[in-house]
Amino acid sequence: MTLKIVEVNGVTREVPEDVQSVDHLLKHLGIAERILIVELNRTILEKNAYDQPIHNRDQIEIIHFVGGG
Amino acid sequence: MNEKYSRQELFAPIGKSGQEQIRRLKVLIMGAGALGSASAEMLVRAGVRKLTIVDRDMIEWSNLHRQQLYTEQDVIDRLPKAISAQNRLVAINSDVAVTGIVMDVSATNVEELIKGHDLVVDGTDNMEIRLLMNDATRKAGIPFFMGACVGSYGVTFPIGVKQNQPCLHCLIETLPSHMMTCDTAGVISPVVVTTAARQVAAVLKYKTGEVTPKLQSVDLWTEEHASIDVSSFKKVDCPSCSSMATYPFLQLGAATRTAVLCGRDTVQLTFPPTRQFELAEVAVAIEGKVTELKHNDYVTVCLFQDHRIVFFRDGRLLVHGTKDVTVARKLTAALLG
Ligand SMILES: [Zn+2]
Repeated sequence: MTLKIVEVNGVTREVPEDVQSVDHLLKHLGIAERILIVELNRTILEKNAYDQPIHNRDQIEIIHFVGGG
Repeated sequence: MNEKYSRQELFAPIGKSGQEQIRRLKVLIMGAGALGSASAEMLVRAGVRKLTIVDRDMIEWSNLHRQQLYTEQDVIDRLPKAISAQNRLVAINSDVAVTGIVMDVSATNVEELIKGHDLVVDGTDNMEIRLLMNDATRKAGIPFFMGACVGSYGVTFPIGVKQNQPCLHCLIETLPSHMMTCDTAGVISPVVVTTAARQVAAVLKYKTGEVTPKLQSVDLWTEEHASIDVSSFKKVDCPSCSSMATYPFLQLGAATRTAVLCGRDTVQLTFPPTRQFELAEVAVAIEGKVTELKHNDYVTVCLFQDHRIVFFRDGRLLVHGTKDVTVARKLTAALLG
């Protein structure tokens, strides 16, 4: 299987080539159901823009909200 | 004049004038759990003028690995967190007027509670109360330094520190039902301290310089970190922070006054405001029915049908050993007759 290399929150990760969109990536990371704020290559994404494609070497920042404290 | 704050004054961005600003600060800390303990200790040491810390809960053995204000003796003495926190904080720095309040904060009492404070620091443990605090602080026009953590992950967001910045409600348009309950996963103390450190650094910066309202996260285990400028998410028609705000979370009233406590086998029942518990009288009334009965100035605790039950003066009780509200109600009815 070919892998795509992306940087998520400052850490380089390999993801399967079939992870093609931000949506896919969130599912792959197991956080698609969370309340999220996502930035793709330094641009913040509106919630309806998670179908944006991701490419090799993209930089993605994802912050999810949690309850505890 | 002693040297208490000399190292903080030598830190150039604060200096003597910044320290004078800090000495005038009146802070409310919501929650005296892990984050609340950590930020309260830092702010009291920093020398704020007044610090109020509010919490509804008792200190448990499972708190001690991360809630830095408490000791084993506090668990044995059955102390509410707010009381033990006050005792410890006063001992740390007598310059600060510290008040601990044992109270369940809700839409009905939050506005009165925040009066007389310059800002609020988040030490709560669920998103529902954060949205309530977001509304209350937006209405009062004071900043709210949000912080949350679970596992090795923490997230912070200073709200109301700059004109036209988004509030928490702007970022979270709808709250999924699973976020209304709380995380039951574990947590490690380093991320508590890191998250609280970011909140308190923002408070000090707010008073002496300028805070950038960024949403930030850190994971101390995976070493991931993120910092996002969310200013474009400001909603012009936000129900919580726009000119047409209705503060929906302040309208929820006292309807839902029963709660299953976060990540625990515990149900909280709240009686109407007219009913307060005289703890000594409660102890006498239930004496024949229970074992391990104990009461102090703040709580009456007993064991009833294998459930530990805690009465607070403010008309609340905690029923341990169940997540079922009906079970808790039946036990209470059987006990109080
Ligand atoms: Zn808003």
